[in-house]
Amino acid sequence: MSIFAAAAAETFQPSDWLFENVWIVPAIMAASFLYILFFGKTFPGKDRVHYVGLAAITVALGFSLATAFMWVTQYEDNQSHGSEASSAFVGEGIVSTVEADEKEESSGASGQGCLAEDNRVGSLQAAGEDEYALGTGLLTDSGELAVEAGEDGKGEGHIKAKSVVRCLEWFSTGSFGGDTAQGSDNLTFNIGTIADGQSIMMLVVVTFISFLVHLYSTEYVKGDRRYVHYYAFLSLFTASMLFMVLSSSTLQLIVGWELVGVCSFGLIGHWWEEKPNSDAALKAFLTNRVGDIGLLVGMIVLFFGAGQTFDIETINYLAVHDGLSQTTMTVAALCLMTAVMSKSGQFILHTWLPDAMAGPTPVSALIHAATMVVAGVYMIGRLYPVFWFGLTIPGSSLNALAFVGALTVVGGGALAFVQNDVKKVLAYSTVSQLGYMVLALGVGAWTAGMFHLFTHAFFKACLFLGAGALSHACHHSFDMKAEMGGLRKRMPVTFATFMVGTLALVGVFPFAGFWSKDEILVGTGGFPSTNANGNYTLLLIMGLIGAAMTAGYMTRVIWLVFFGEYRGHVDPHDPPAVMKYPLIALAGLSVITGFLNFPSDWFGGLGTRYGLKFEQWVEPGGGSTFPVIGHGDSNLALAVIASLVGIGSAAFVWNYYQKLYAKDPNATEVTDGLRSRNKAAAGGYALLENKYYLDHLYEGAIADGTKGPLARAAYWFNQNVLDEIVNTAGRTSTVLGRFIYRFIDQGAIDGSVNLSGRGASESGGLLRKVQSGRIRQYASLMFGAATVLAAVFIVAI
Amino acid sequence: MYLTQYLLLAAVLFCIGVYGVLTRRNGVLVLMSIELILNAVNINMVAFGTYNADVGGQVFALFIIAVAAAEVGVGLAIVLLIYRNRRSIDVSDASLMRG
Amino acid sequence: MLASVSLFAQATGNSWDLPANIAFGIISVIAIGAALRMVTTNNVVHSALYLLIVLASVAAVYILLGAEFAAATQVLVYIGAILVLLLFGVMLTRARLGGDEDLNYEQRWIGLGVSVLLFVVMTYSIWEQYGTKDEARLVGYEPQRTAEVADSIFSTYIVPFEAVSVLLLAALIGAVVVARRD
Repeated sequence: MSIFAAAAAETFQPSDWLFENVWIVPAIMAASFLYILFFGKTFPGKDRVHYVGLAAITVALGFSLATAFMWVTQYEDNQSHGSEASSAFVGEGIVSTVEADEKEESSGASGQGCLAEDNRVGSLQAAGEDEYALGTGLLTDSGELAVEAGEDGKGEGHIKAKSVVRCLEWFSTGSFGGDTAQGSDNLTFNIGTIADGQSIMMLVVVTFISFLVHLYSTEYVKGDRRYVHYYAFLSLFTASMLFMVLSSSTLQLIVGWELVGVCSFGLIGHWWEEKPNSDAALKAFLTNRVGDIGLLVGMIVLFFGAGQTFDIETINYLAVHDGLSQTTMTVAALCLMTAVMSKSGQFILHTWLPDAMAGPTPVSALIHAATMVVAGVYMIGRLYPVFWFGLTIPGSSLNALAFVGALTVVGGGALAFVQNDVKKVLAYSTVSQLGYMVLALGVGAWTAGMFHLFTHAFFKACLFLGAGALSHACHHSFDMKAEMGGLRKRMPVTFATFMVGTLALVGVFPFAGFWSKDEILVGTGGFPSTNANGNYTLLLIMGLIGAAMTAGYMTRVIWLVFFGEYRGHVDPHDPPAVMKYPLIALAGLSVITGFLNFPSDWFGGLGTRYGLKFEQWVEPGGGSTFPVIGHGDSNLALAVIASLVGIGSAAFVWNYYQKLYAKDPNATEVTDGLRSRNKAAAGGYALLENKYYLDHLYEGAIADGTKGPLARAAYWFNQNVLDEIVNTAGRTSTVLGRFIYRFIDQGAIDGSVNLSGRGASESGGLLRKVQSGRIRQYASLMFGAATVLAAVFIVAI
Repeated sequence: MYLTQYLLLAAVLFCIGVYGVLTRRNGVLVLMSIELILNAVNINMVAFGTYNADVGGQVFALFIIAVAAAEVGVGLAIVLLIYRNRRSIDVSDASLMRG
Repeated sequence: MLASVSLFAQATGNSWDLPANIAFGIISVIAIGAALRMVTTNNVVHSALYLLIVLASVAAVYILLGAEFAAATQVLVYIGAILVLLLFGVMLTRARLGGDEDLNYEQRWIGLGVSVLLFVVMTYSIWEQYGTKDEARLVGYEPQRTAEVADSIFSTYIVPFEAVSVLLLAALIGAVVVARRD
C-alpha cells in the first residue's frame, strides 16, 4: 500500500484531485436536500426555495463538467505520450489506482484496501490460479494488461485510463466463515467512489438533465401546494442517483438503488390527493420490490462467490480471471436481471413505468426517462464481466439478457401505438428504448448500449419537457385526441424542439439516435460482415422492427399534436423563457451528441481522427476488470436499411392521417377502419389497449387467484391435519373441537358451494371463519399448534 | 451444577408465562406475561453461552432485552390506544379484526 | 418440580458445587413462586411487583452463570425501565388498585392445558438431551467479562447490533405515532 501511495505522490496531477473527490458532487446535492428539508419552509418567501436547489445543482454541474473535461484531457494526453513511450508511461502510472485512506494506513490495515492487489491475488491463489502472474503490483500489472488489450483488440494501441477508486472504511465485522478474499477473520466494508469513463459519463448526464429540470420546474410547478417538498425531493433524487452511480461497492449500489426508488415513489405520488396518483406510486414501489429481491439475492451470491467482498472492482477482476465459477456468475447475472427488469422497465415488469407518468412532467423527464430508469442498464455495465461470462455472451446464439431487451423493444413499441396520452406514448417509447440498451449489452455491444443511454437521455428529456410545455399550454391535459392538434403554428418553438427530439428518437441521419441505434444494430452481428461479438440475426430483425415502430408511433404523435385542426378550448402559446431554453438546449444536444461516437471509417480522415471518441473515453480497458470485447464494424448498407425501414413506417402512418384529414379535419381515427371489419385486428387492438393483459394477470390471476387456493388449502389443512393431530393431543382438543364444530357446521355448506365452483371469492369467505378476531383464540391456537409440532419433531427425530 | 437445571427453570418460567398470556384479561398483564416468556428464553441463552464458553449467548440475551424494551413500548402504546377508544383493556373485547 | 427435585437428589450424590447449587435452589424457588403468584393474583399492581421479584431472580441466575453484564443490564433495563413503563401502563389504564375478581378469563383450563402440555414436551426433550449426563455438567467455567462482551458486540455481532438499533428507533417512532392523541 505504501508503494502505491509513493507512486501517487510522485505522479501527482491536478486531475487526480477531481477524480478522488467526486464524492463532492452527491454531497452538494445531499446538503441542498437537507437545507431545503429543514429550512425550506422558513426560507424567505418559500416560493423562492428553488434558488437553493438551483445553486447546488449548478455547482454540481460545474464540478462534473470539470471532471469530465479532465478525464478527456487525460486520455488525449496519454495518447500523445503513450505512442512515444508506452512502457515508460505505464511505469509512471496513469493515475494513482489505489488511494488508501490515511486512517486505514495508520491503523495498519493495509491489506484491506478497497481493491488491494494482495487480496485478489490471495483469493486467486486460493482458487488455484497459480499460473497467473502474482508478484507484480496492480499498477504495472493492469497497466500492461490495458495496453495489451488495446493492441490485441484493434491494433489501435489506445491506452485506456484506469479507474480511480477511493474508499473509506465503512464498518468491519467478523467473517461468515470459509475462505475470504481479505484473508482474515475480520471483514472490512468500504464506502467509496469509482471515477472512470462510465461513472463520469453518468455524472454529466445526471447533473445536466437535473440542472435543466430544476430550471424548468421553477415555472412548471410554480405555486404548487408542495413546492418545497418537490425541490427537496429533486435534490435528494439527484444526490442518491449520483451516489449510486459513483458507488465502489455493491452494498453501496443497493443503498443508492433503493434511495432513488424512494424518491421516485415520492415524486410519482406528488399529487397524492388523487387516487390514481397514489396508486401509481404504490404500483411503482411494489413492482420495484419484486426486482429488488433479485438484486439482493444476486449481490449476496456475488458477495460469497467473490470471497466475501462487496467491492465492485474485485468482483469484476475475479470474474475476468476465472476467480468466480461459471454457475455463480450465471445465477448472479440472472438474479440481477430481475432487478434490471423492474427498475429499467423491461418486459413483463415494465407495467409501472407508464403509470409513473402520474408525477409532474419534469420529474418524468428526469427520473422516468433520462436517469433513474437507466440505473438497471448502468448496473449491467458496471458489473459487465459477471454478465459477460455468466451469460456467455460471446459464445451464445441467444441469451436471456438480449432476448428480454429485444422483447421489450418490440412489446413496448407496439403499446405506444394505442395510447392517447402523449406522456404515455413517450413512456412506452422509453420502455422500448431501454430495451435497446439492454439488447445492446446483451449482445456484447457495451459501448453501443452506454452510448444509447447517453443520447437517449438528451432527446427523451427533450421530448418529455416538450410534452410538459404542451400540457402547460393546453389546460394541463395530455390527451392528444381531445385537447391538441394543429399546434405547429401556435407553439413554434415547442414544435421545433419536439420535432428535433422525435427525429433523434426515430434515428434519422444525422441526429443523435441514428448513431447510437445504428451501433446497436451493428452490435447484434446479425448483418453480414459486421464482425461483432455474436451472431444474433433474430435480434437484429427485432431491432429493425422496433425502429419501424418507433418511427410509426412518433409520426402518430406528431400528427395528432401538431397537425390537423386544433381540438382544444384554450389558446395555447409557447412557454415562458425558463421552460423554453431547456428545450432548446436539449434539442441542440440531441443533434450533436451523436457525433461523439461516429464510426471511424466514415467521413474519410475525420473518422480516424475524431471518430469513436465516446468509446475511447468511456469504455474501460479490457483484460483487468473488464472483458476484452470486440467492436462491430459499421456498415453503410445496414444504416441505409434501418433508415429506410423507419422512413417507410413513418410515411405509412403519415399517409393514414393525411387521408383521414382529407375526409374530416377533426377526425383522429378511422371509425370504420380495419378494426371494425377484421376480427383479428380488433383482437390485436384490444390486446394492446389492455397492455397484453399483464395488469389483469398480476391483479386478477396472481393476487386474487392466490386467495382462493390459499383459502382452500387452509381449509383442507384445518379439516384434515389439524383435526387429527389435535384430537389425539389431549386437553387442547376441546378448544379446537369447538373450532372445528364451527367449521363443519358452517364451513361444510360453504365448502360444498365452493366445490361446485363458485370461485375464489366464496372460498376467501372460508378463511374469514378462522379470523374470529379473538386474541385469546389466536394465542391458544398458536401455542397449542407449536407445542404439538414440537412434540411431533421430538418423536420423529 | 448441570446445564439441565437452568434449562428446566427456564422451561417452568416459560410455561407460567404462556399460562399468563392465555388467561389474563388485562392487556398490561398480558404484556407482563410476555416479559416472563422472554426472560425464560434469556436464561437459556446465557446458560448455553456459559456452557459453550461463548460470549455469543450473553450478547444475544442483551439483544433480546433491547427487543423486549421495544416490544413493551409498542405494546403499551397499542394497549393505551385500545383503552382510549374502547374504555376497556380487556383483550377479549378487542375482536374487531374478525373477518 | 418433581424433575428438579430428583435432579437435586442425584446431583448431591456426585461431587458438585454445593454453594452454587444452594443458591440456585433458593433463587429458582423464589422465581417460580413469584411467577406463579404473578399470573394468578387478582391485583394488577401486585402482579407487577411479583414480576419485579422474578426479574431480580433472573438477574441473580445470570450472576450464577457468570454473565455479569447481562445481569446488570437486566436490572437496569428490565427493573429500571420496563417495569416502570408497565406500572405507568397500569396507571394510565386506570386499573382498580384493589383486588379485581374479573382479572382472569373464565376458561382458564385452556391456558392451563396448553402450558402443561408445553411443559411436558419441553421437560421431556431437555431431560432426553441433557439429563444428568456428564457432558451437561457446568464445571470450572470462567465469568464472561464485560470487555469480552463489548469486543464481541462491536466486531462479530456488529450487524445484528445495528439492526437492533434501527429496530429500537422504529419502535420509538412507532410507539409515539400509535399512542399520540390526534
